[in-house]
Amino acid sequence: MNQSTSIVEIRNLSYAVNGGRPVFAGLDMDISRGRVTAVMGPSGTGKTTLLRLITGQLRADKGSIVVAGQELRGMKRADLYVLRRRMGMLFQNGALLTDLSVFENVAFPLREHTDLPERLIRQLVLTKLQAVGLRGAAELMPGELSGGMSRRVALARAIVMDPEILIYDEPFVGLDPISLGVILRLIRRLNDALGITSIVVSHDVHEISTVADVIFLLSGGKVVARGTPPELQSYPSEIVRQFIGGLADGPVPFHFPAPDYFGELLARGEDA
Amino acid sequence: MKLVQELWESLAEALIGLGAVVRFLLRLVAASPRALLRLDLISQQIYNAGALSLVIIMLSGLFVGMVLGLQGFQLLQRFGSEEALGVAATIGLVKELGPVVTALLFAGRAGTALASELGLMRATDQLSAMEMMAVDPIRRVVVPRFLGGVIAMPLLAAIFSVIGIYGAQLVGVQIMGVDAGSFWSQMRGAVGLRDIYEGIVKSCIFGVTCSLIAVYQGYYALPTAEGVGRATTRTVVTSAVFILFLDYLITAVFL
Repeated sequence: MNQSTSIVEIRNLSYAVNGGRPVFAGLDMDISRGRVTAVMGPSGTGKTTLLRLITGQLRADKGSIVVAGQELRGMKRADLYVLRRRMGMLFQNGALLTDLSVFENVAFPLREHTDLPERLIRQLVLTKLQAVGLRGAAELMPGELSGGMSRRVALARAIVMDPEILIYDEPFVGLDPISLGVILRLIRRLNDALGITSIVVSHDVHEISTVADVIFLLSGGKVVARGTPPELQSYPSEIVRQFIGGLADGPVPFHFPAPDYFGELLARGEDA
Repeated sequence: MKLVQELWESLAEALIGLGAVVRFLLRLVAASPRALLRLDLISQQIYNAGALSLVIIMLSGLFVGMVLGLQGFQLLQRFGSEEALGVAATIGLVKELGPVVTALLFAGRAGTALASELGLMRATDQLSAMEMMAVDPIRRVVVPRFLGGVIAMPLLAAIFSVIGIYGAQLVGVQIMGVDAGSFWSQMRGAVGLRDIYEGIVKSCIFGVTCSLIAVYQGYYALPTAEGVGRATTRTVVTSAVFILFLDYLITAVFL
């Protein structure tokens, strides 16, 4: 893949939680500019960890991560903060600041990073809230919003600084079908209308297939498949078939590793 | 032998913990100058930590002063020097009870609120979200809360002492019949600036201690319900122990 079209380049990435169990060992990944890229995989494959590595919240043990042309390895905190102004992130539960109203939540990055006059801040915030369909909820507090609404407000907040990269961490979890449809449509629309790059982490096969341009399937700390949604449907690999088809058992075992079942049942408890 | 080793290990652990807290304090101090530019945020936190603790501080001050008046009167009467009640109550309040009881109440009221608020912000990703918006949560969230507590504490202690003296007067003079003139004049004669200074120093140090423990526990709370609960409990327990320990230390230094 040509370098200029990739906005995130990951090479030979290794990461282990507190030096223990390795989450990634030699991961390579290229995320193209201007596309909706989905990162999928069974629970516990480190999808959220990958997002935290891309955004510099976690530091890789080995390998390189280049975001928008800048190597994250050894980057200073101040430079990281400058880079983060070009990213927006939607957290799983929205992560709205609970002591601020919806309006102030969306205005928060503007107030912290710019000296714009109040009139302009108001216009910007209302435009973004209109884009997610919640201009009418501007004066509500986060506690008064439903899960879907919180996520839409968080989305408005994530785009208020006009980021180049928009990152979604499990945006569909616990949403009703209507809110889910709204979020799906917003992901596509914001991506195309604002010309940004979207990275969506999810394990909802069906939902993500309707919106993603490219899907990466992670398993065991590696990319096991990469392709468009139709390509993945007919991918010649058992683990991909298990994941896409939602089969209980397969290369990803149903059982957590455990000692022999009968042996454990028949064994006398030590303290019995 | 095993006991010695265990003791040594827990001592080492405590020292490491103390080191982490001191490092956190240095981070807060380093971020303070920039945070001081946002006076609106700090005044909001002075209101949260101070004004909202006022009722409990004033009520407690009144009762502590009244008890002091009653006990002091009973004791001083035995020596026929009940006029000295004003001195005794004021010295006790300004130097000891004012700063110490205020700090204990502050830890219970404002400290727990701070710790659980920060812990919940951590648990609900609000702090991570801020970092992702390139806003340093230490500067934006933690330092204003810390400074708010530091500023509020001496003010609360002063209010506690004043109300306490009034309470002692209420019981001693109004009920027990100590002469009002000698109550006030002996107090003015015997209580020096140095006594008041000692009280101010204590409450300032307690302010830093309590606020630091609360924001530290909250900021580093495990992001679970249990973690936040434990952070709140630890805030109260650690604060109480440190307040009483430091109280002895400062008193010894002043003598």
